[in-house]
Amino acid sequence: MAAVVEVRTTAIPPARRVPDRFRTLTGLIAATAPLILVVIVVILFQQAAPSVRHFGLGFLTGTDWNPVTDNFGALPAIFGTVATSFVALALAIPVGVAVAVVLAEQGQTTIRGILGTGIELLAAIPSVVYGIWALYVLAPWSYQHLEVPISDRLGFIGWLSQPGVRSLFNAALVLAVMILPTLSAISREVIRAVPRGLKESAVALGATWWETTWRVILPSARAGIFGATILALGRALGETIAVTMVIGNRYAIPPSIFSPAYTLASVIANEFNEATGTLYPAALIELGLVLILVTLVVNIVALLLVRSTSRAAGRAA
Amino acid sequence: MNRNVRRRYASAAWLGVAYLLTLIALIPLGLVLWFTVSKGLPPALHIEFFTNSFRPFGIPGGGVAHAIVGTGILVGLASLMAIPIGILGGVYVAEYAVDPWASWVRLASDVLVGTPSIAIGLFAYALVVVPVHHFSGIAGSVALAILMLPIVIRTTEGAVALIPHGLRESGLALGLPRWRVSLQLILPAAAPGVITGALLAVARASGETAPLLFTSLGNTLFRVDPTQAIQALPLTVYQYALLPYKSLQDQAWGAALVLVVMVLVINLLSRWVLRRQIRLAGQL
Repeated sequence: MAAVVEVRTTAIPPARRVPDRFRTLTGLIAATAPLILVVIVVILFQQAAPSVRHFGLGFLTGTDWNPVTDNFGALPAIFGTVATSFVALALAIPVGVAVAVVLAEQGQTTIRGILGTGIELLAAIPSVVYGIWALYVLAPWSYQHLEVPISDRLGFIGWLSQPGVRSLFNAALVLAVMILPTLSAISREVIRAVPRGLKESAVALGATWWETTWRVILPSARAGIFGATILALGRALGETIAVTMVIGNRYAIPPSIFSPAYTLASVIANEFNEATGTLYPAALIELGLVLILVTLVVNIVALLLVRSTSRAAGRAA
Repeated sequence: MNRNVRRRYASAAWLGVAYLLTLIALIPLGLVLWFTVSKGLPPALHIEFFTNSFRPFGIPGGGVAHAIVGTGILVGLASLMAIPIGILGGVYVAEYAVDPWASWVRLASDVLVGTPSIAIGLFAYALVVVPVHHFSGIAGSVALAILMLPIVIRTTEGAVALIPHGLRESGLALGLPRWRVSLQLILPAAAPGVITGALLAVARASGETAPLLFTSLGNTLFRVDPTQAIQALPLTVYQYALLPYKSLQDQAWGAALVLVVMVLVINLLSRWVLRRQIRLAGQL
């Protein structure tokens, strides 16, 4: 007697689409990051409103900063911020790219591992520690061994005269040290993303290490290195404490890079707790608003550049 | 000279220049460490440095106990806010990486990492200090939490993304719901990486000065109540370094040394954990 096998004939019902609540919930939690970004800009704008209404666009071009007469203009601070950052970039780019080239070489050697760790630790040191070091060690040294000799020889050029311990140049010097890890770490990633085939083709054609690096690898990583540079620029623009400790805090467009100056962030750091009345704190917050809007634009442009290079490299590989 | 020989020499010379520049890049690290240790160690060798609080110039036996405890409170509160949100956010970004929303979160986190910390301080001032009309540790920890959040999100994402798909698929094949796969299977497997990220965020927050200037403000007294102004280690370095008194400047170097040791230990430790994690994930 053959066993009767019950065959289930009812069709399996089509799977019900269960709404993924976990996805919704964590998605909402993750929304905190974009939300904070938007709220920061909105709240700063709202707090700066008295100053924005009172000065309008003239705030950006005004050169006066006078809490007594309630007259505020941001130009010297904007100038100082941009000048320190660009001098810092000029100092950091050659070193940063060289570091990136060395660290991006394939094959893990001990020496390269140690160098890489060192550069990453440079990024971990708190900015106030750079500040105290710059104040007591770097700035006096730079005054004696860089500023004075340079201005002795080239002082006839106006913006290389009048050396001082607390100066725009010394602020830029410490900034250069601080942005170097950002610059080299991201450049290294971008250089690593250059397709191996390109490098191997160059080597196969008989190119030396230098020819491969300079004519093949760096040109194809150009956009990404540019992105890394801009990202480092964003860091430099917003850096506060170390710069405040050595820049000299004088609210004027400096006649020379060896003169004291001021940056957006250091004006806020120094004056905000003493600011009274309505217009004075609002003007300081507007400085913060200018700073954050500029860094937002700079950062977004940089991130898109870095991403597009990595993706293009991924396609080519 | 033969052209090819010249090319080879030129290449070797440029390689030398690149290595030389790399060494130059490391000089500041050596100098910062050397000066922090040589100037910070003498004041930090006294036990009073760790047990006493601020004493005015001229009165011996001052210390930074209030700042160490204050930093602990500020960073602890900030961690309570930032780490759970950051981990869940990071899990979302990694697990639903194809969602368009995830790429927005990623972009926002990257932008938030680059946002000037002084602006975050102003924001926390407007959000927390203005409504209650006085400075507080809570305001400081809100600012620090905002700094930590994007770091936790991105490192969690990285750690979760390292876990092989097989593990996720096994869980789903056994009929586990998505949330249990993510939270009870993937997250524990990624734990070392996630903890590393949280530690790095803690290290970053402990060293930040600018966001605390208008929020927790600083205090010369030993205070543990987070609704009042609280001192922090980086604030101590900043304030004392700019004072004209030698004994307080020495304490600033001492506090800087404590900060550097803390931050470097956390960083080296987390690098070691992370390397192990990557090796382990490769075996899964």
